[in-house]
Amino acid sequence: MPHVLSEKHIKKLDDLKKLYPSKQALMLPVLWMIQEEHGHISEDAMRYVGELLEVPFGHVLGVVTFYTMFHEKPLGKHHIEVCTNVSCMLRGSARIVEHLESRLGIKLGETSKDMKWTLSEVECMGSCGTAPMIAVGEEYFENLTTEQVDKLLATLERK
Amino acid sequence: MEKYILPDIPDLHSIAVYEANGGYKAFRKALGMKPEEVTDEVKKSGLRGRGGACFPTGLKWTFMPKQSAKPKYLCVNGDEAEPGTFKDRQILEFNPHLLIEGIVLAAYAMGITTSFVYVRGEYGKWVRMLERALADASSHGYVGDNILGSGFSTNIVVHKGAGAYICGEESSLMNSIEGGRGYPRVKPPFPAQSGLWGCPTTINNVESICNVPVIINNGAEWYAKIGAPKHPGPILVGVSGHVNKPGVYEMPTGLPLLEIIYKFAGGIPGDKRIKAVIPGGSSTMILRGEQLEGVCMDADSLKAAGSSVGTAGLIVMDEDTDLIQVITRISKFYYHESCGQCTPCREGTGWLWKILQRFERGEGRTEDIDLLMDIANNIEGNTICALGDAAAWPVQSMIRRFRDEFENRAKSLTMGSSTIAL
Repeated sequence: MPHVLSEKHIKKLDDLKKLYPSKQALMLPVLWMIQEEHGHISEDAMRYVGELLEVPFGHVLGVVTFYTMFHEKPLGKHHIEVCTNVSCMLRGSARIVEHLESRLGIKLGETSKDMKWTLSEVECMGSCGTAPMIAVGEEYFENLTTEQVDKLLATLERK
Repeated sequence: MEKYILPDIPDLHSIAVYEANGGYKAFRKALGMKPEEVTDEVKKSGLRGRGGACFPTGLKWTFMPKQSAKPKYLCVNGDEAEPGTFKDRQILEFNPHLLIEGIVLAAYAMGITTSFVYVRGEYGKWVRMLERALADASSHGYVGDNILGSGFSTNIVVHKGAGAYICGEESSLMNSIEGGRGYPRVKPPFPAQSGLWGCPTTINNVESICNVPVIINNGAEWYAKIGAPKHPGPILVGVSGHVNKPGVYEMPTGLPLLEIIYKFAGGIPGDKRIKAVIPGGSSTMILRGEQLEGVCMDADSLKAAGSSVGTAGLIVMDEDTDLIQVITRISKFYYHESCGQCTPCREGTGWLWKILQRFERGEGRTEDIDLLMDIANNIEGNTICALGDAAAWPVQSMIRRFRDEFENRAKSLTMGSSTIAL
């Protein structure tokens, strides 16, 4: 079994075990830890989680594929998520999508060949009052204009 | 009106500031009361859930068994993901201790062993804010064993979701905490009999819980006098779309929608006419701009107008809005978020989206309007959870109130027009 979780996370898991009456309830926390460390959740990692929490591999696979935020394949270094739901749509998310697609040379749902960018369309992120918005990782960028998108891309480019 | 949920106090997220402004006073007061007296107070206050269904919170608490051999759980629903809803995020950021105080009050009232706060995965940053506040509350002795020397113990765990709107449905939320796919459960049994791990469980929305310290501090009678008599209290209204000042505004329930749009949210850019509003998040029935006169933000008024309060996420659309585009996007959302358990919802949401895309492309047929209605009617009421209804209502109401929009789009095709401006 490959080493899938760091010491830090294994220790954190031990603490979490005390808070939940069942091992299986650690599913989402463990999957989050794996994704944080590896960027995605591979089949090997899912087998590891299955053994760790004493549930069948199929159950872990079922969970991973159910939740939009868990990724089975590596994404680009910068994952840009654009909300196109109603409140963002009414405030010009289409312009933001178009601009990102043309600047990055990829369409929604694609990852650039150099693995630098992944562009995703997402459902409402709870930024309706500050629309349009994009999220990069956990960071929200709100009340966006195409000029601000350019600035943000330039900052990410340097990272 | 004075604000109770999101008062304008700088750094209120810090425990010192929260305490200096009367924080955790309600909890200290409750420790001098019997648990059932706390529940009674919440019941008498008339507080109704702020998560969408407007169910009386105190009544829900009374469903919990007083004596139980099994541990009792509370789930706090912070899976805020209904399009147009962004209020709980403000609480997590600006007043997390009010939430924590509300949770320990609820825990005291119902004899809860552990409370799980389920926060949507996209709110990773806000999860950390809440965790920091929780660590402070624990170190100050408000959470954990033998709280403030009272002999009462209760725990709070923050559980992060992973991107699934359906997990905001209470039984799906419990399945998600238990480490499974977020499939809703068949009811009965109701959560108060058999919830998390088969134990008695209550599920309350973040904002509902935040009203509890306000009620305990000021008394049920005082609270019941705020806003609409049958749906009282302060409410967080999120205004988005075509307004000059979108945002979350705290106000008493029962204010006219037009006052919310024009006074709080600064009116419509370019002084345009309001074509339509969705009053309480994308699943609530759409209203025509002309029918808004006299309609207020409370359960009764919106019901009478043919819609509902939902999450009080008010989406405003001006006269230039393409409503076909709006309803197509809403239907895409419900198609994406259907968990796939029930056939009417799994298949029906996809059919609705497909047909609506035909209208969007200008390829809709007049008979498709009735087809949409027929599909929506066959989803509504025929599924395990309310997601099916949530997918049907916007389509039904859009056709009922804006049939002309569909007809015009369909007609354009028969008239031979191939270019339809979107």
